[in-house]
Amino acid sequence: MTETNAPSLLARLLAGLVVILGTGAVIAALFAWFNGRAASWEAYDRLLLGAATDIAESIRVSDGGPIVVLPTSAFELLAQAPDDRVTYAVRGLDGALITGHADAPKPDRDRSRDGVFFDGQMRGEDARFVDVVRRFSEREFSGAVHVTVGQTTIARRALAVDLTLNALLPLAIAGAALILISVFVVRSAVRPLDQIAQDMAGRDPYDLTPVSTEGLPREIAVIVTATNGFMGRLDRQFSAMQSLISDTAHQLRTPVAAIRAQAETAIEETDPAERERLLDRLARRTRSLGTLLDQMLSRALVVHRTDSVAREKVDLRQIALEIVESRDHDVLTPGVEVELVIGEREVMIAGDEFSLVQAGKNLLSNALKHGKPPLRIGVSEEGGRALLWVEDAGPGIAPELLSRAGERFQRSSASREDSVGLGLSIVTAVADAFDGDIVTSRDGGRFRIALALPKLREETS
Amino acid sequence: MIRLAHALFALWFSLSPAVAQEASAEATAQFGTGATPFIIRSTTDIEIFAPALKAFAESAPDLAITYEQWGSNALHATASDACDGRKASSDVVFSSAVHLMVSLVNRACARPYVSESTRALPPSRRWRDEIWGVTQEPAVMIYNTQHIAPEDVPQSRFDLLDLLRDDPNRMRARVATYDIEASGLGYLFAYIDSLEATTFGSLLEGLARSEAVATCCSAEIIDGVSRGDYLIAYNVLGSYVQNAAPANVGVILPDDYTLFLSRGYMIPKGARNPGAAERFLDFLLSDRGKSILVSVGLNFSTSPEEQNVIQSARRSIPLAPPLLVALDQSTERQFFERWNDAFSVAPVP
Repeated sequence: MTETNAPSLLARLLAGLVVILGTGAVIAALFAWFNGRAASWEAYDRLLLGAATDIAESIRVSDGGPIVVLPTSAFELLAQAPDDRVTYAVRGLDGALITGHADAPKPDRDRSRDGVFFDGQMRGEDARFVDVVRRFSEREFSGAVHVTVGQTTIARRALAVDLTLNALLPLAIAGAALILISVFVVRSAVRPLDQIAQDMAGRDPYDLTPVSTEGLPREIAVIVTATNGFMGRLDRQFSAMQSLISDTAHQLRTPVAAIRAQAETAIEETDPAERERLLDRLARRTRSLGTLLDQMLSRALVVHRTDSVAREKVDLRQIALEIVESRDHDVLTPGVEVELVIGEREVMIAGDEFSLVQAGKNLLSNALKHGKPPLRIGVSEEGGRALLWVEDAGPGIAPELLSRAGERFQRSSASREDSVGLGLSIVTAVADAFDGDIVTSRDGGRFRIALALPKLREETS
Repeated sequence: MIRLAHALFALWFSLSPAVAQEASAEATAQFGTGATPFIIRSTTDIEIFAPALKAFAESAPDLAITYEQWGSNALHATASDACDGRKASSDVVFSSAVHLMVSLVNRACARPYVSESTRALPPSRRWRDEIWGVTQEPAVMIYNTQHIAPEDVPQSRFDLLDLLRDDPNRMRARVATYDIEASGLGYLFAYIDSLEATTFGSLLEGLARSEAVATCCSAEIIDGVSRGDYLIAYNVLGSYVQNAAPANVGVILPDDYTLFLSRGYMIPKGARNPGAAERFLDFLLSDRGKSILVSVGLNFSTSPEEQNVIQSARRSIPLAPPLLVALDQSTERQFFERWNDAFSVAPVP
């Protein structure tokens, strides 16, 4: 396991969550504070108003002027804010002080309205005031008497803080719970990754079997499936390489031994005529060994390409044309003519051009070697499938050989260097790779073998 | 105009030694020989408070304690001036006129302090952590034991009313109480009485009818009762009676209700040695301080069997803004009018 500097999923999620919760907490705290402050201010404003009203109601007119019988109840009300200092003033006409503290401020706003609240200072401390008007229209006295009551804001602020904290406490608990739960959830979500990592670490180096996706979250299953696909390709390449090596060793052992034996015989042969014959045989053997090697390499290449090269749109007619034009058959069986049978319309399939050419060449060379002329190669369509076929007048391939064509090699024919089997196995591999199969048919003494592939739907353009 | 008058007054004030005498301490005493001055302004008599001061001076050898004894109104005036920065402040203001003290605190003249011992005080004996009720002294009735038979001793205000009503001739001019205009404490007691119970009206009437004598000073009242000049005195501060220890004087804690006064202790904002003031406060509230206050009668203590009776009738004067009402000019004027009206309608024999 390699340690990386990139933050873990958990850390990222938590960081995100903390940012979200932090922002939420700031907003919630602001709201809670505004609400708490408003509620607290309203509650204590009522007390203040109650006290002022109490005092206002205790004013009576006697001896030509207003007289205040200050009620203690007003001060008991104010004492609900136990640590706050208080001030009050009762003012008559023209603001003349009737009783109270001369330094109690008058409201800066309209004093005609009843119950005006205003903020101010009380000897250097923030304070809240209310002004209440009591109007008299008596014979002796007519006019308004203003009662101003003020109080410092200690209790208000304490209540506001209290209300705010009370509102924030459940939020804080919920936030903490949210973080805990998300830690738990993320842990359990990434636990499969740990299991996969352990599974991988504990594997045999050659074990490329798929990792089980059972019970995995969909997001992780996607990665695992992709990894499994990748491992599958790796596995196939790995086994292709393995089989190439073992096949090569197996296939080459007999011919190389024969060549060595013939070479040794040729060295010891003293008769020039006989030696000439032996050398000629040696040369043929070596040539066919070369062909065998070519075929094995091309099969390995085909198997490799079908896994590693992306499919592209290919016109099968083009493949057939290329096979005929390469004129390989001139080398194999000089003088045999191959007829090309293709139509006007293009026959599109999805595949790899190189692999398809190799498959076609193998079909053709099989026919050249084992069939009888006249030979035809062609492309046709049949039941929604595209066929690349080769026809000859020979007996055709034994069905049991064909059925074993999927296997890598036909051991029965392995003694022959230029065996049909290797060629057919290339065709089979190409057919498998491009979702097709091999089709044989017989028609009036003619044998046809075809590589059938799903046809691409013609584009409307 | 007002400012000019003020200036003129100040000029006259400084030229007149007699007035200057009036507006300063009645008596001064020194305790301790330390280097740091520590000034206490108080309404409590030096003789009464001396044991506490001596004990504190011993435990605080760094202090030179100056104890100034003031009249309650003069003390309020000087503390108020100090608050406004017109005069030098003391380090402690300690007064029985708690309504004046509450007014000073309400004017933001005090300095807050919190300690374990101040926190232990009940809420009625502290406000804003700026004023603390240090003592507990009952307002009592006293009587002359020679002239009042034990069975006639009034146990409550109702008994006193009955006594005044039943035998007006005997009681005429032989009942004493504070002159509320001359004594801040007398006014405070009378004012709280007026809030506490409806008996106040009839009591006022009864006192007036029997031509009760309103006099200024505790000592005068106690001596008068002791000599037999007065048979009964109403609303006398219990601690003074205990300290005077007069002959032939019985003390009654009225069982309808008994007012308890806690002298207010305040550290002015302008105190130069607030640390010493805080130490002295903690000392007074400590067990040692309390026991000294009990021994000088400033902390009223009762025997356990009496305790229950006292508890139910006990009315502490809470150190809180409602006391400001007592100071209200209009309330005070009306209260005086009511008092004087009652006394003026009394029939003159």
